[in-house]
Amino acid sequence: MATGTTSIEVAAPTGVDDPGPGVARPGRRPRLMFLRNPKALVGIAILAVFAVLAVLGPWIAPYDPNQVSRDLLQAPSGAHWLGTDHTGRDILSQLIVGTRGVLVVGLVAGVAATALGVVVGVTAGFVGGAGDETLSAVSNVFLVIPQLPLIIIIAAQLPSAGGITVALVIGVTGWAWGARVLRAQTLSLRRRDFVEAARATGERTWRIVLAEVLPNLTAIIAAGFVGTVIFAVLSQVTLAFIGITPVSEWNWGTILFWAQNNLALQRGAWWWFVPAGLCIALLGMALTLINFGIDELVNPRLRSTGMHARTLRRRGIRPRVGFTPVVRAGRPAVETSEEER
Amino acid sequence: MSFFLRRAVFYVFTAWAAITLNFVIPRLLPGDPVTALIGRMQGRIDSGAEQSLRVLFGLDQDMSLWQQYVEYWRLLLHGDLGLSFTHFPTPVSDIVAQALPWTVGLVGISTVVAFLLGTAVGTGIGWRRGTWADSLLPITTFFSAVPYFWLGLIAIAVFAVNLGWFPSSGSYDRGMVPTLSWEFVGSVVYYGTLPALTVVISSVSGWVLGMRNMMVTVSSEDYVTVAHAKGLSSRAVVVGYAARNAILPQVSSFTLALGFVVGGTLVMEMVFSYQGIGYTLFEAVTTHDYPLMQGCFLVITLSVLVANLVADFAYAALDPRTRQEG
Repeated sequence: MATGTTSIEVAAPTGVDDPGPGVARPGRRPRLMFLRNPKALVGIAILAVFAVLAVLGPWIAPYDPNQVSRDLLQAPSGAHWLGTDHTGRDILSQLIVGTRGVLVVGLVAGVAATALGVVVGVTAGFVGGAGDETLSAVSNVFLVIPQLPLIIIIAAQLPSAGGITVALVIGVTGWAWGARVLRAQTLSLRRRDFVEAARATGERTWRIVLAEVLPNLTAIIAAGFVGTVIFAVLSQVTLAFIGITPVSEWNWGTILFWAQNNLALQRGAWWWFVPAGLCIALLGMALTLINFGIDELVNPRLRSTGMHARTLRRRGIRPRVGFTPVVRAGRPAVETSEEER
Repeated sequence: MSFFLRRAVFYVFTAWAAITLNFVIPRLLPGDPVTALIGRMQGRIDSGAEQSLRVLFGLDQDMSLWQQYVEYWRLLLHGDLGLSFTHFPTPVSDIVAQALPWTVGLVGISTVVAFLLGTAVGTGIGWRRGTWADSLLPITTFFSAVPYFWLGLIAIAVFAVNLGWFPSSGSYDRGMVPTLSWEFVGSVVYYGTLPALTVVISSVSGWVLGMRNMMVTVSSEDYVTVAHAKGLSSRAVVVGYAARNAILPQVSSFTLALGFVVGGTLVMEMVFSYQGIGYTLFEAVTTHDYPLMQGCFLVITLSVLVANLVADFAYAALDPRTRQEG
């Protein structure tokens, strides 16, 4: 939440002059341009691997993650690729089976938060006046109140804080960021000519919102969604690590919970806590990369596609300020430099 | 309405919302854990304390919701947050007051260090875009995706268990009496280094990315080109023209990032058994100490609000446009 989406906010106010993000410019932008972005591609590939694990997890895991065996706290070996824990359970199986829990919670929380954010943000931006003031105040309040402690006290007081419950709690507390960014962008869209034209032809408000405004917010909504999923995954893993969610449900945080409570650190059992953390990092990185892809789609200045250090040197270009390599359709890489010397 | 007045009104409103949220949450959620606990404590809680618990958690069915709310405010204004179950009969406010300075110290110092460091590095990377510096970006991406507490675990495993450079838990040498002596302060610094370092490492990447993106955006502004055209040295352009403007969104996103950093630090305290609010909250959660939990949440939220207020005023001091508008 704090990282990938920053530039979108930056891009939003400047978007007044040029056509907004996602506006169809027929013939100029190749289709599926998003998929040509190497960062986004890598992200999607990693995410796809995890998605396959989430679906097939219980079938492809070598052991039952709860199955106790006599190999107590074994280092990685042929039989147990990632070793075993203090009761001889296979850690690789726990990781694979736990993937589903992590992804489902991330997805549900992301959808819930994005839906709330879109409703609040677009309404606030479009309606204006007192309604806007109220909704903005509410979302600012939710932005300022630290989310993790709020999630912790809600989840800790629920009688059973299972996966979906936690996902909904995260969704209900985490929508404000998206709402704020969407409101800013809606405000700038509201007075554009095409919206005025739709209004002049007598379209109903809900149709203007659905058919004219929302499609132009797609990129921002997507970025907000991905950001929320990252945050949801981190929060859920944290909750499991603290021991708030039931330990019978496997996710990566549960593994870390067992590791921390059974002195994995002091016993030097690195195979117990390192893989789970790397999985979280890898998933988070994949989502961040996807967000970079979206960012670069929205804000061309951030693109440096095809202009790596070596290319620059070969062409005798010294990277300096005020220099924006932009990739145009048709030509591989054309530099538009504002102060080439 | 002037800028300061508007912000003040907003923060008062937010504080009110947070306190009310604290009132509503235990009443909205199903189940009644507090009654069960009071039942278990039967006879060990004196009637006055039991009364304040009942008010704080809404167990008084014969009172209307509004009366409960008024009573709740009355208790809060007297600094009464109820009694802790686990540290019975210590008042929650005492426990929280003891833990707060540790957290404020840890979060405060490491956040300021991370902000300064991240902004400086981000300036460099944004300025030298297209060189080797860009290869630092994937590394920062990795660190921004790692949960704080896991980095804490790794730090303990490497620096405390394997290398033995730093202690793995606690906030000062238990053999010492907390006094204001050099020895004691040294011990606090020694014990605090590893947690603080971990917080800095995990939060710095957000600042680097933000500053880098702002530098890239700002550096194609006309005033930067003009500065170049005037023949100013590259250094003067970076510091005096580009970074100076690029830093403004950093300060304003400071307020947003703070809640996130605080959340991460709280969990970090749990990992390091650092005796701050986070560790207290963790203890409260594991022992189902509901009054302590609520108290921690309230104090954390109010502290974040105060920090936000400071950041907001700093922003207003830096950017005259905010003061003019409205």
